[in-house]
Amino acid sequence: MKKFTLPLLLLAFAVLLAAPMAFKSYGLYLLTYWLVFIIAIMGLNLTIGYAGQKSLGHAAFFGIGAYTVAIMMKAGLSFWLGLPAAALLCFVVWLVFRNEEWLTGGTFGLNNIARPQLFGLSLEGNLAYYYFVLAITLLLGGLLWGLLRSPWGKAFTALRDNPIRAESLGIDIRRYTLLSFAIGAAYAGVAGALFASLVQFIDPAPFAIASSIMMYLMVVLGGPGYFLGPVLGSAVGVVLPEWLRFAQGWYLFVFGSAVVLLMIWLPDGLLSIPDRFKARKQARQASAARAASAQAAAKGAQA
Amino acid sequence: MTHPHHHDRPQGVPVLKVTDLRKAYGAIQAVGGVSFEVRPGEIFGVIGPNGSGKTTLFNSMLGQITPDSGKIELNGEDVTQLEPLELNRRGVGRTFQTLQVFGKMTVRDNLIVAAQEHQGSMFSRLFAPSDSGLGDKADALIDQFRIRHVADKKAGELSYGQQKLVDIAMAFMSEPDLVLLDEPCAGVNPSLVGGISSLLKELNRNPRIGKKSSFVVIEHNMDFVMDLCHRIMVMVEGQVMAIGTPDEIRANKQVLDAYLGS
Amino acid sequence: MTDFLQLLFSGMSTGAIYALAALGFTLLWQASGTINFAQGEFVMLPAFMMLAFLSAGLPLWACFVLTCFVAVFVLGWAFKRGVVDPLFRHGMMPIVVATIGLAIAMRNAVRAGYSAEAHPFPSLFPDAIYQIAGVTLTLQDLGTFVLALALVLLTQAFLGRTVTGRAMQAVAQNTESASVLGINVPRMIFYTFAINAVLAVAAAALVAPSYLAKFDMGEGLGNKAFFAAIIGGFNNSRGALLGGLIVGVCENLAAAYISPAYKDAVALVIFMIVILFKPQGLLGKKVERKV
Repeated sequence: MKKFTLPLLLLAFAVLLAAPMAFKSYGLYLLTYWLVFIIAIMGLNLTIGYAGQKSLGHAAFFGIGAYTVAIMMKAGLSFWLGLPAAALLCFVVWLVFRNEEWLTGGTFGLNNIARPQLFGLSLEGNLAYYYFVLAITLLLGGLLWGLLRSPWGKAFTALRDNPIRAESLGIDIRRYTLLSFAIGAAYAGVAGALFASLVQFIDPAPFAIASSIMMYLMVVLGGPGYFLGPVLGSAVGVVLPEWLRFAQGWYLFVFGSAVVLLMIWLPDGLLSIPDRFKARKQARQASAARAASAQAAAKGAQA
Repeated sequence: MTHPHHHDRPQGVPVLKVTDLRKAYGAIQAVGGVSFEVRPGEIFGVIGPNGSGKTTLFNSMLGQITPDSGKIELNGEDVTQLEPLELNRRGVGRTFQTLQVFGKMTVRDNLIVAAQEHQGSMFSRLFAPSDSGLGDKADALIDQFRIRHVADKKAGELSYGQQKLVDIAMAFMSEPDLVLLDEPCAGVNPSLVGGISSLLKELNRNPRIGKKSSFVVIEHNMDFVMDLCHRIMVMVEGQVMAIGTPDEIRANKQVLDAYLGS
Repeated sequence: MTDFLQLLFSGMSTGAIYALAALGFTLLWQASGTINFAQGEFVMLPAFMMLAFLSAGLPLWACFVLTCFVAVFVLGWAFKRGVVDPLFRHGMMPIVVATIGLAIAMRNAVRAGYSAEAHPFPSLFPDAIYQIAGVTLTLQDLGTFVLALALVLLTQAFLGRTVTGRAMQAVAQNTESASVLGINVPRMIFYTFAINAVLAVAAAALVAPSYLAKFDMGEGLGNKAFFAAIIGGFNNSRGALLGGLIVGVCENLAAAYISPAYKDAVALVIFMIVILFKPQGLLGKKVERKV
């Protein structure tokens, strides 16, 4: 499996770069939408997948990010100030309030949010914005990868699997817990900022509890604690309902039922499929070995 | 850089000094005025019938519970009110009665994570290599514990006895001055008990990493305790009945009557 | 002052319904570690089942009894066997997400398969109004409160005083010991699911007359039940009653004195405050981690 990783990654990268050619404007919009959610779900995967925490308020930070950017741009400030402000604000909000819920108010929403300009190039078009979001997704994914590979990654896993033991080994449970929430929130904030410029109109609806619940669903479906889980999970949560539109009135029913069946079949998420194959193979080998030695023992007893 | 207090212990000061420790749960005096010392490099056993207060004493020493009164000193420093995290940073390691390994991590990673928080600061650890430079140390312990053949397997896939070894190894990774072992033989196959005993002796006298540490061992397996420990403390009903060498304890009439039986 | 009392009483009526849903929710958690995000839909579905039976011409009480049987089978047995049992040993996350999916499926099955509109639902109580000390009370409100309260107390009495009930409590507190004592653990867990189903049907019969039966009636209710259960103390069934009443009353008061728009936010705010100061809930006990 390890041998295939690099060529697979390059292939995936090439596909991502070439994707726009296969899609028209709406398709690109959808792909970008998917990428935005991948960022948000990567953050939630850190909090609940790698650090084992419980979080049902993630969409709140998505919303904070979106509104921060929207409000700042309405005030004439650049997107490039809004984006880090959104991430920082979410990070700080988490550290300061240590809490998860967010009150919504004001259903009017903000519209006509412009897309940012990068070095004088406008990102208004769906194509340009797609590449922009892709770049940020890859960057943030890379940073997360680095973080998880560092000692912090092991500390988070220890925190998830056995907090009491972790503490007795000198791992500062409180700090790592806060960090897992704060970083996750910051990712959601960035995603929210990108979301605001993508959809160019925001109201509180996408940031309510139902969204937090959907985000939770996306992490678990993809596979909590698997690095690429968010890619699959977001696909299921964002792209799948679009595909199911052909079922018309019943498409959400099919989606819901699919989620239930998927969970029963793959409780550890879609990315646990390779692990299950391995486990099944090992079990088969073990029982074959047992059978063989039992036969040998029987033969020995007969002799 | 490891914690400043960790290795510069003034000479002659006992590693652990417990003075008149008391803890009551309602009307029950679980620990009623216990005092003892553990000398550097010593293996100190704590035995006694169930309900004698051993576990409460242990948990107090580990910061899991706060005693009602009394003092606990580590290398001369008062650590009575400290939490488990702080105690670990000051050089106290422990094993658990029930297995507490990180099942989804490899054995090697288990050992690395057991000591990584003692290197550098939170921030510097973000940029440190994956094994925090502890790879060699982990390998040394893996060899000493003779678990090289399973070092790269997930800890959860090992047999109970092997996991027990990993559990014990983890306590030693941070080079603690004092290691508290909570029933290291619990649930272990009798044929492995001897192995654990010689391993602990080796760790005490010939550590491959760090310097000699002191152990406090709670165990019910009498042969194991008598064979392993330099000195033994007998607790009955929250009080210290006797402290002495294994021979002294075996000859102590009071202890025989109350605990060891005739 | 009379306004306040008015709001208080009608709030207690709604709160009692929340308490029913919250109680079932808490019981499921205690008995099997299931966090049921479809609890609201578990109330919605029986409402429509009863409507279906009603349109077939059956009297209300018969619809209720029949729906109870169907609910115990579908929401009790089938749910347990089909969803909870396979996922039980995989921890909390898969069950949570499975119930989320179930909620979506149930909601949209009703929407696409039955109706997307709000349906009136006959009240259990005749239309009557009482005037007590200047406060206007409808029989509906009064009856709802009394009935829901009675059901909650009945359930608690059952759990606390009958042999079966105590066996169920034993299973909830320590499954291994319970099975060693000869208690049929799977059956006790099933009884918990069955009780939840019946409480849900009762909640449906009490809430649908005032708020109408609609495919999405479960969303808000489910959330509120969740918050109410946690506010009251997740490992305590008395907490469900307290939590439900608090949420119901505060909602009503907030809607009148602050703004109707904030009604749904009230449960959230109380939840936040309780979690910050007493994370185990108002009546909950701190769960010690044993090592």
